Amino acid sequence: MALNVTDLRVYYRTLRGEVKALDGVTFSVADGEIMGLAGESGSGKSTLAKSLIRLDGRMRHAGGTVELDGREMPLSDDRGMDRFRFREVSLIPQYSMSALNPTRKIGKMVGELLESRGERPDRAELERRLELVGLSGDVLDRYPIELSGGMKQRVVMVVSTLLNPSLLIADEVTSALDVSSQKAVATTLLGFRDRGLVTSMMVVTHDIALVYQIADTIMVMYAGRLAEKAPADVLVTAPRHPYTAQLISALPEVGVRHEDRRLTGIPGSPPSLLKPPEGCRFRDRCPLAFDRCAEQPPFAEVAPGHFVACWKAE
Amino acid sequence: MRSGERNEALHFALRNRKLVAGTIIVAVLLVAGLAGPMLFDHAPNDYVGPSMAPPSGEFWFGTTTFGQDVFAQFVYGLRSTFLVGVLGGVLAAVVGMVVGFVAGYRGGWADELLTMLTNIVLVLPALVVLLIVNAYLGVRSIGVQALFIGLTSWPWAARAIRAQTFSLRSRDFVDLARLSGVRTPRIILREIAPNMSSYLFLTFILLFGSSILIAASLDFIGLGPTEGVSLGLMLNNAARWSALQLGLWWWFIPPGAGITAIVGALYVMNVGLDEVFNPKLREM
Amino acid sequence: MRRYFGRKLLIYGLTFFVAVTINWMIPRFMPGDPVQSMLSRANVAQPAAVEAMRAHYTAMFGFDLPLWQQYLNFWGSLLKGDLGISIWLFPTPVSDVIIRAVPYTLGLLIPSILLSWFAGNRFGAFAARRKWLDNTVLPVGYVLTATPYMWLAILLAWALGIVAGVFPVAGAYGFDLRPSLSWEFLGSLAQHWFLPFASLFLVAFGGWAIGMRNMIIYELEADYVDYLRALGAPARLVRRYAFRNAILPQVTGLALQLGVLVAGALVTEIVFSYPGLGHLILQAIQNQDFFLLQGTFLFIVIGVLIANFVIDIAYVLVDPRTRTGMGGAA
Repeated sequence: MALNVTDLRVYYRTLRGEVKALDGVTFSVADGEIMGLAGESGSGKSTLAKSLIRLDGRMRHAGGTVELDGREMPLSDDRGMDRFRFREVSLIPQYSMSALNPTRKIGKMVGELLESRGERPDRAELERRLELVGLSGDVLDRYPIELSGGMKQRVVMVVSTLLNPSLLIADEVTSALDVSSQKAVATTLLGFRDRGLVTSMMVVTHDIALVYQIADTIMVMYAGRLAEKAPADVLVTAPRHPYTAQLISALPEVGVRHEDRRLTGIPGSPPSLLKPPEGCRFRDRCPLAFDRCAEQPPFAEVAPGHFVACWKAE
Repeated sequence: MRSGERNEALHFALRNRKLVAGTIIVAVLLVAGLAGPMLFDHAPNDYVGPSMAPPSGEFWFGTTTFGQDVFAQFVYGLRSTFLVGVLGGVLAAVVGMVVGFVAGYRGGWADELLTMLTNIVLVLPALVVLLIVNAYLGVRSIGVQALFIGLTSWPWAARAIRAQTFSLRSRDFVDLARLSGVRTPRIILREIAPNMSSYLFLTFILLFGSSILIAASLDFIGLGPTEGVSLGLMLNNAARWSALQLGLWWWFIPPGAGITAIVGALYVMNVGLDEVFNPKLREM
Repeated sequence: MRRYFGRKLLIYGLTFFVAVTINWMIPRFMPGDPVQSMLSRANVAQPAAVEAMRAHYTAMFGFDLPLWQQYLNFWGSLLKGDLGISIWLFPTPVSDVIIRAVPYTLGLLIPSILLSWFAGNRFGAFAARRKWLDNTVLPVGYVLTATPYMWLAILLAWALGIVAGVFPVAGAYGFDLRPSLSWEFLGSLAQHWFLPFASLFLVAFGGWAIGMRNMIIYELEADYVDYLRALGAPARLVRRYAFRNAILPQVTGLALQLGVLVAGALVTEIVFSYPGLGHLILQAIQNQDFFLLQGTFLFIVIGVLIANFVIDIAYVLVDPRTRTGMGGAA
């Protein structure tokens, strides 16, 4: 098992109190698995992605554990996490266009980054990896401003995977791109796994249709908790959680890009995570809700590899 | 949501130590400048006391070589300092806004021309230009002094506002307004300006402070108002009549401290406000 | 890059043109007959001076000529280096008076600007690292940068000069000395230089430190920093990059602040009766020596333009983006 997350809780400190953005999630990602992580904004998917690599100043690790390849990651210890970052767990950020230091040549920046992590920069290897994503080694002698947005994104993808991490988190990497570039990025991600440059991958997205094309499994989050996790085609064709079902039915057809608002097109809105209600959090918007939903359903395995948090799913 | 945001801003404003401290200092000095002069039944330059008296219960800040009441001069001086700051700051802000909005929103040749003008005025050393103008034209009232200060200190504000306008002009709500046939001045006033109101306010505060400093330098060189008092003029007189050599520290410390306190408090307010308006800078 | 410098030079050329035009125009706005009023306002004892001045003014302004010709004549004499005769130091040409004063002003300005800039940036970046340091540096920095230059000068002159008696407070060297290359003279020069330098340095230092501190804090919020941290880059590397990026606006800021720094030097010289351009301006104003005033004005403008150009070159050296011809800031 590459990644084991157990009852992870991460809260945001705000003025009005703590927002329980991630409120007890338990799941695992197997070696070689590409897991799509979907949900509306505010579902906790970005919080989960960030928690696995770097908590920002307002986030607090309130409980639970994360194990990567059998070693527990000290989420709240920024220094301790440095040992895992880049080597074990790495990130392709949402903001690839601005992720590179504007005043350093790319090659120099990568070199300095590697040296600072005690690694020896290997230009030949770097060029080989760049070629894999269709870039020539020349980009190393250029400043980020000289590259197009797509090129910068590919550079970032190469940099992030340079140390062959166990787990790669791709955070909304496609949301700023046009359809054909999205496809290219998706294919590249797939290539990283197939070539063994990364072991497992977590692809955070609001676009189920896109992630369906590359993911082995898809996990859906709702209001800080897990709703459902299943093999990709099962989740898309036979979802068991009413929320997933609504998400899928809102898709025009698999393979066609849809917008974020489709996800939020379900009537009602997610509950406040400041004081989340007892029981199932989807209750208020759920057509199937009944008395028992006042109690939180467990994230239970209803079929091999298929987990659902819903009383009606059994 | 809008009022929620405002409440949140207010909440942060009241909790921001920099903002609160800066505001209190400015407010206290402002009240002193407004109400202080009422304590005296004599003009600030009248010879009312013994010569060179150190601070005492009667003359809080002592007296000058001529027996003028330094405290009276100080509060009157505060008044003109605020006046020149507000007038000069408002004028510079208005010119900077007009130039910045038009250049940033219109683009094209208007932008080229205005940017060129801005850059030219920007490189000219304002104080030195003011020296020439004041020396020849005998600018000797606070109003005219503020007028000229305002006319020379707007460029950086114009540049900053132009950049902000530029980034706002392609936003949806501006496009929408334009498509629905709203005229340009109205778009600028109704759509663009409100969206950068906090930024404009910060700009005004900085211009306010810099007007005060420029006026003080002019006064100190001897090109300040001929009648009345200002803090810069007090420094000028103190230096001219050898307050240093005579050890009359009470003559030159209060005016400089007054300017420093006002301008410093304005700057600190500015940082505080920036933290309030910009959630990224808020401390958690 | 050629375009970048071309644009800059165009701006500076135009600015010079505007400055000369201001210089030409302002006397024409004086109420009444400018020659007469300048002569009567100038308190000159020697009749020879009055005559020479009248001749000079008349030739220079040529009020009987059409305006455009007056304007061209003005440029003509300017390009010949003729700035007129000083009234205060009659009959020395204004250009000579100015040339004698310039080294003193430059001697104060250049070290104080450069040192305050370097030290301020270093210190500001350092302060942004630690909370407690930040909390102490910030108020001190704001007080310094809000201090009027002349007031800090007065305070230093009073405290270190008059009360403590450590430093002299007037002139550029001892009154009993003649300029020479002796140790005694150089020592006296350094002693007289220190206080005006220190007060210029301190005010400017506060401004740079604050500016850098704020820039660094913004930079540490930038995406590239977030990415570096996500990849576990040590704080050292992150700070180095943030500093490198934050220094760019500080270079631009140096150009923007030149006018203020020059103004600061002028009033500081006045406090210390330091015989630079500020001192000349004061004398010119007190003696109604308009030629001297105008000449000094032009000189300062030219100096500021040159300094701006030097900063432009420096900017190209520190910001790679301007070199690659892709634009960049400023």
